[in-house]
Amino acid sequence: MTAPASDQTRTRGRRTGEQRAPWILLAPFLLVFLFTFILPILAAVGSSFMQVTRSGLFGEQGVTQEFAWFHNYALALGDGSFITSIGRMFLFGIVQVPIMIIAATILAFLLESASARWPGLFRAAFFLPYGVPGVIATILWTFLYVPGLSPIIDVASWMGIDIDFLGPSTVLWSIANIVTWSYTGYNMLIIIAQLKSIPGELYEAAHVDGASPFRIARSIQVPLIAPALMLTTVFSIIGTLQLFAEPQVLQSVSPAIDSQYTPNLSAYTTAFAYNDYNVAAAQAVLIALVAFILSFAFLRLTNRKDQ
Amino acid sequence: MTSTSVTNSEAKADTQTASAPAKRAKGSGASSKIIVTAILVVVALYFLVPVYWVVVASTKTTADLFSTNGFWFAPTFALWDNISAVLTYDGGIYIRWFLNSILYAVVGSALATYLAAAGGYALAKYRFKGNNTVFGIVLGGVLVPGTATALPLFLLFSQLGLANTYWSVLIPSLVSPFGLFLCRIYADATVPDALMEAARLDGAGEIRIFHQVGLRILTPALVTVFLFQLVGIWNNYFLPLVMLSDAKLYPITLGLNNWLSQVNRLPEFYQLTTGGVLLSVIPLAIAMIVLQRFWRGGLTEGSVK
Repeated sequence: MTAPASDQTRTRGRRTGEQRAPWILLAPFLLVFLFTFILPILAAVGSSFMQVTRSGLFGEQGVTQEFAWFHNYALALGDGSFITSIGRMFLFGIVQVPIMIIAATILAFLLESASARWPGLFRAAFFLPYGVPGVIATILWTFLYVPGLSPIIDVASWMGIDIDFLGPSTVLWSIANIVTWSYTGYNMLIIIAQLKSIPGELYEAAHVDGASPFRIARSIQVPLIAPALMLTTVFSIIGTLQLFAEPQVLQSVSPAIDSQYTPNLSAYTTAFAYNDYNVAAAQAVLIALVAFILSFAFLRLTNRKDQ
Repeated sequence: MTSTSVTNSEAKADTQTASAPAKRAKGSGASSKIIVTAILVVVALYFLVPVYWVVVASTKTTADLFSTNGFWFAPTFALWDNISAVLTYDGGIYIRWFLNSILYAVVGSALATYLAAAGGYALAKYRFKGNNTVFGIVLGGVLVPGTATALPLFLLFSQLGLANTYWSVLIPSLVSPFGLFLCRIYADATVPDALMEAARLDGAGEIRIFHQVGLRILTPALVTVFLFQLVGIWNNYFLPLVMLSDAKLYPITLGLNNWLSQVNRLPEFYQLTTGGVLLSVIPLAIAMIVLQRFWRGGLTEGSVK
């Protein structure tokens, strides 16, 4: 920041330009960010601490807002269905996230290994579902889940197996299948990008040392793609807690999915079916908090393992 | 100009990757090639089965849909009838949904890319007070669940009279914290200070330097940001669901779900839904395959360089 003393006026003119420029460039982004991120978050936190009281039988004598401390949070946490939905997402995440990340890693290794034929073709096929919106992916799979329509159920019943994809004990895993189908290819691509960044000399050195392909995968590739694995896992944890479209669409064919099946569905129902925005705001804040805590816990855990 | 700089970086990445597996290839024989390819074929089947099913299903009449096997075609070929039904139902509402989706996705992601580029470039190339604070807050925005902001945003937009308008879906789509993050990393690694200094000596203003030097060098990152945002908006469901009540403003995701929810009462909606899903997946499939080489795994982009 120290400029030579000579040529002062010119430097000063340039300096103010350079000081203003970043803010001018940032302004449009920050403006929209403030309006669509910061303001709603503050509003959500604010209204989660407020309570609306309607006087009169139908609220015709006016509506008053008052500070309610943790009343809405107590209501949200006292709601058994909401807590159950969070527990359901834990179960979902513990099973689905590892399966998806491991599958994505294996696919990335196979595609990047010299043994794979037509890697470009396969990569496109695996990545294709990412471009299919969650709602449409769910509609697609719904057709494969509904009895009478699903060829999978037909084939299974010829073999004497009865499958019910939409029953109370199976529908969660039917949703897990849709999510895995949608995002495995995307995660695979992130891992491939990291694999490609591993310098070729490392492989050469390993070959000189006579390392087997498995040894190379374990000792070189896995440690070096660790950042990508952590990133995809954290995003998957956050995504799991936000699950909404898949269960909401499946609702129309599966009675096992109630209006509080996932935390987000709960908040949506509270807001738009019960019109209780304050409790819905408390639920939204709780979902975000749980996502934060889980992501940080995961990052701490993996960091400790490294040391 | 833009296309050449993209292909350059592509070519660089490809030679880099081609060399590593080629060296590993020496040991592996034909048998491992067959096994690996067989595994990949099976996995590809899993990913393609639902798409195959909908292609088959959209060629059938409603009666055949339930009476014939889902994995093979029925004797009557009703694809054109189904598609014309999709396109003409309710005064061509499907076409309107499709155009809405394109409007939201293309306009939203183009503007979002520009805003993210300007912001990321500013954060990377200038040292100023509050630089790290701004970056930290925006990065925190990446971690906040999108659905947590949708609800209060709806309340906010209702008060402003913006709910249930095109703006209510477009405005929130203009911000891509992830895009800003990516552009910052990329600008940090690729835009040389010396070049900016040279432009300054030529008398160019800072904003002009960004447009003429910065944007040009950032192009490969901009393509990635644009594509991610495009897919993100195209796939978004919660935001339009919360914001829109007028079916004329629906994007395709909302519209098709609207049709699906009616199949229990009116079975002909099965044909509309399968046909509509097919038509919506075709352009995406083509785009995915054609643009495949531009998807460079996003966040790790910076570390490659």
